[in-house]
Amino acid sequence: MIRIEPRQAPSRLMTLGIPVLSAVIALALATIPLAFAGASIGQAYVEMFKGVFGSVFAFTEMLTRATPLIFTGLAAALAFRARLWNIGAEGQLYLGAMAAVAVGSGAFDLPAIFLIPVIVILGCAAGAVGMVVPTVLKSRFGADEVVTTLLLNFIILIFLQMMLEGALKDPMGLGWPQSPPILDQGMLPPLMDRMRVHSGLIIALVVAVIAQFMLVRSVWGFKLRAVGENAAAAGHAGIGVNRSLMSVAIVSGALAGMAGVSEVAGLKGYLTADISPGFGYTGIVVAMLAGLSPIGVVISAMFIASVFVGADSMSRAMGVSSYLADLVVSISLLCVLIGGFSARYRITRINRQREQSA
Amino acid sequence: MMDILQILFSESFWAASLRIATPLIFGVLGALLCEKSGVLNLGIEGIFVAGAMAGWMAVWLGLGLWGGVIVAACAGAFFGLVHAILTVPLGLSQHVSGLGITMFATSVSYFTYRTALPNVSSPPRIEPFQALDIPLLSDLPFFGTVLFQQTALTWLALLMVIVVWYVLYRTPLGMAIQAVGDNPDSVDAQGLSVYGLRIGAVMAGSALMALGGAFLTMSAFDAFFFGMVNGRGWICIALVIFASWRPGKALLGALLFGAFDALQVRLQTEVGALVPGQVFLMAPYILSIIALMIAARRADYPRALLTPWFKGQR
Amino acid sequence: MLALLGENGAGKTTLMNMLFGHYMPDAGNVEVVDQQGQLVPLALGHPQAALAAGIGMVHQHFTLAENLNALDNIVLGSESLRLFKRNRSGARRKIEGIMEHTGLNVQLDVPVGRLSVGERQRVEILKALYRDVRILVLDEPTAVLTPQEADTLFEKIGAMTREGLSVIFISHKLREVLAFSQRIAVLRHGVKVGEIATKDADERAIARMMVGADTPKIPREDMAAGDDVLQLKDVSIVGRAKRDSITHLDLSVRRHEIVGVAGVSGNGQSALAALISGLVAPTSGTVAIDDAPVSMFAPQNMVQQGIGRIPEDRHHNGIVGDMSVAENMVIERLGDPQIQSRGLLKQDAITANAQRLASEYDVRGPGVHARARLLSGGNIQKMILARVFEQDPKLILANQPTRGLDMGAAAEVARRLLEARARGAGVVLISDDLDEILSLADRIFVIHDGQLVAAESRDREEIGLMMAGQVA
Repeated sequence: MIRIEPRQAPSRLMTLGIPVLSAVIALALATIPLAFAGASIGQAYVEMFKGVFGSVFAFTEMLTRATPLIFTGLAAALAFRARLWNIGAEGQLYLGAMAAVAVGSGAFDLPAIFLIPVIVILGCAAGAVGMVVPTVLKSRFGADEVVTTLLLNFIILIFLQMMLEGALKDPMGLGWPQSPPILDQGMLPPLMDRMRVHSGLIIALVVAVIAQFMLVRSVWGFKLRAVGENAAAAGHAGIGVNRSLMSVAIVSGALAGMAGVSEVAGLKGYLTADISPGFGYTGIVVAMLAGLSPIGVVISAMFIASVFVGADSMSRAMGVSSYLADLVVSISLLCVLIGGFSARYRITRINRQREQSA
Repeated sequence: MMDILQILFSESFWAASLRIATPLIFGVLGALLCEKSGVLNLGIEGIFVAGAMAGWMAVWLGLGLWGGVIVAACAGAFFGLVHAILTVPLGLSQHVSGLGITMFATSVSYFTYRTALPNVSSPPRIEPFQALDIPLLSDLPFFGTVLFQQTALTWLALLMVIVVWYVLYRTPLGMAIQAVGDNPDSVDAQGLSVYGLRIGAVMAGSALMALGGAFLTMSAFDAFFFGMVNGRGWICIALVIFASWRPGKALLGALLFGAFDALQVRLQTEVGALVPGQVFLMAPYILSIIALMIAARRADYPRALLTPWFKGQR
Repeated sequence: MLALLGENGAGKTTLMNMLFGHYMPDAGNVEVVDQQGQLVPLALGHPQAALAAGIGMVHQHFTLAENLNALDNIVLGSESLRLFKRNRSGARRKIEGIMEHTGLNVQLDVPVGRLSVGERQRVEILKALYRDVRILVLDEPTAVLTPQEADTLFEKIGAMTREGLSVIFISHKLREVLAFSQRIAVLRHGVKVGEIATKDADERAIARMMVGADTPKIPREDMAAGDDVLQLKDVSIVGRAKRDSITHLDLSVRRHEIVGVAGVSGNGQSALAALISGLVAPTSGTVAIDDAPVSMFAPQNMVQQGIGRIPEDRHHNGIVGDMSVAENMVIERLGDPQIQSRGLLKQDAITANAQRLASEYDVRGPGVHARARLLSGGNIQKMILARVFEQDPKLILANQPTRGLDMGAAAEVARRLLEARARGAGVVLISDDLDEILSLADRIFVIHDGQLVAAESRDREEIGLMMAGQVA
């Protein structure tokens, strides 16, 4: 006979150990699809490792890939802390990117010191709008934000295609659906010569630290956590639940929008409809793997980025589909979920001393 | 205006509506069954992909069309089982687990497809389900075209509406599923297994969702493409709320939806020059959100939806 | 009829849940007499086995599917799930037979969600009788009934016991136990401390057995009431359901007085409490605090106006279980400059505040930084009392403040309420425990069907009739 009992309090070791263990298990489980694909398993892992740590370039590529994931991971982590299910980071990312190219590609010819802040602020604002809408639909109409944010992702993507063929189309783009490039002085400066890693990463790290501080130390963070853990009690205690959710929605959407800004103004220079290979959705995994802690998001974003960059490089070397990376990422999400269960509950076997009855 | 009327009275319009509605009928019924038992299944989008891929691949490997249907249903049931284990006995967040299942099922399907077909420029085709040409009936003036030229899978979807309705409202099993979605204690106190009922309902519902996916590769098209599900699963989740968890209304919702979609395709050819085509492409998603806004407040949610239940913790 | 008597938390429900298979005992066996009169061991941990052995249980929290009708609820689980059809006519005949025989009547074709509490309880009992139980367990069956309804129920069950049914009923109310049972077993802290035939029982001796000591008598001095602090004039709230509604309600609460609101739960108490808590605005009518009309109905505003709120469901509305005890103690005063400055929390002040309150109000637990959910029910209530009384409120809303607490903690709550009254606060005490209201309140009102009526006398018989709505 088995019984499930809640644990008193999860130990510190478990809160740290579970995500790490989940990541390791997910990587280990990748042997199954690798074997299925008929690849040499040992060599595959070596290739993946080399793809991330094999050279300075490889490592900076990983950091470049981690940058948008930190932003979308923070977007998900803060929203989920307040039990606001923002699954729309993908769409908000594109809103941010669209705003960035709209203002950054020549609408204002300002020096860098003014243009970059304008791009960042408008990009964040566009992302925020993308999350405010579903939050209003939730508080006004009771429409579940999970479904509305998911559907908005599709709407925004189609809107993006419309813009790239219309208002935002590059007249010099030879007919390709792409935006005009952001002015040189509007680009986030690169961090290293001849590498793609850019100062968006620094912004991401600073934002993560601020988010961590605000969550734990500020009244805003207090309210956000209270609303997330028990909205009824928070409301009873006089915390404005809807107002709190709205403020989280703005921050979460802005962070996702910033991911888009950082991709176009830090990396690509112009906008196409495929700048994000699902950064918004992967951000959810990043956040869950981080246990919804902003600082943890930085580490888990780097892990997920390593998986993607490593798998890409392994795929090029060995011809195994790079969808392996998505597989590992989704398995690590399921693992960390199960791990979260074992942190909160304990499965005990009931040892019954059975007295023999006549 | 006349044009719209002309469209609404045309046979091909209604035939297209029913065709577009078919995968949604499967999906809404599947989601309804899961949610009636108290489990939200956001794995639906990935399960659609898995059903589409598995069904197509089974046919491509030579198992035959009905073999493909069975394989698709089994694939759906498998992912449903994973979701059910995570959310029912372990009681984990149904939202996050569902999204995880969507990512998992999608990546498994894509990886399998790419591994089986590493370098193909155009996706291989199969011989899909053909319209069931029923002699005499097919020659009927209006209904002949609309109803009797659909494929067997559309008929299966319509049959499933009746089956799900009958099981839910006319059998002891259905009573138990409704009860477990309202108050699991009621089922437990009468000696039935809460876990068994919920896991079973989620597996059956997921199998239905997978059939919706299979329809795409085995009836609507004849091949598997990446991104072919394109949010249909999420639309189903919205439609279930719109349908207030009733199979009849679910059918109605899916049909209305199919009709709107068919209408926008036709309008696009009419006024395409005036409005960018993307406006029409957005229509189904915007419609879903509007449906949610109308229905969400009045909806009669299964009371135990999203609430985990643990044996021995009352 | 065996009565299982004990304080809250004595282990009565746990014991019965083990008998019925909800819980698995760590050690020990249960034996039940089978049809042949043989004692056989019961397979534990399976409600199915308990039902098969002829044991039925009526839970305190009803186990009914509200979307199904009474008939389906009763039949649920007795038919094989593999059948393709329900056999409703046969079942209906059997249930109608039982209803006729026992006098327990319910509407069979209405969704249970629309039935009254009394009807739901009868459905629960019918569920057990439909399974031909020989042993019926009733867990606190009278908690939701008026005194008269309770008496009727016991008379009907008494008639069934004379026909051979065995009944175990759980209660912490001495009065009904002495009136209706044949035998009494007393539990305290999970141990059986005594068993006695009811005819030999002596009220004081049993009470001492339950508590382990003589019940503390709370000294309550008479006091002259002061000016009005709260006035409700012709207030109506149209809620979603009847239980969330009140109609044309007038009430004034003065300083130095406790106003008791008695009634069977679900008659509008929650609407009244939500109004005073600031969670809902009245549909019509006026609310005034200290003669100033309230225009903004928000919890924040009510706290600022000096209203202290002790919520009914302390786990659901009172605390954020996953935040620390210290954080829960300041959750109602986040604007206070002692707690924060410029939006940043003063961690040291929050900790110091919590440590001081914890020792003053005797909140025991694993420390002020531990998560609040780890505290026991009594300590959670003390934490809420600390949070409320620390603000020196001029009006206190105490909604079921002692529900689920053991006698020691309940006495502490009563003492604090009387202390606040002495200090000059007005108290609105909502309770479905009539004895509590009789012992604490200066004036008593009865709420029934959303209407509030002043009780002219303190006679429990008459108040009981008012709770049933039989006296206007």
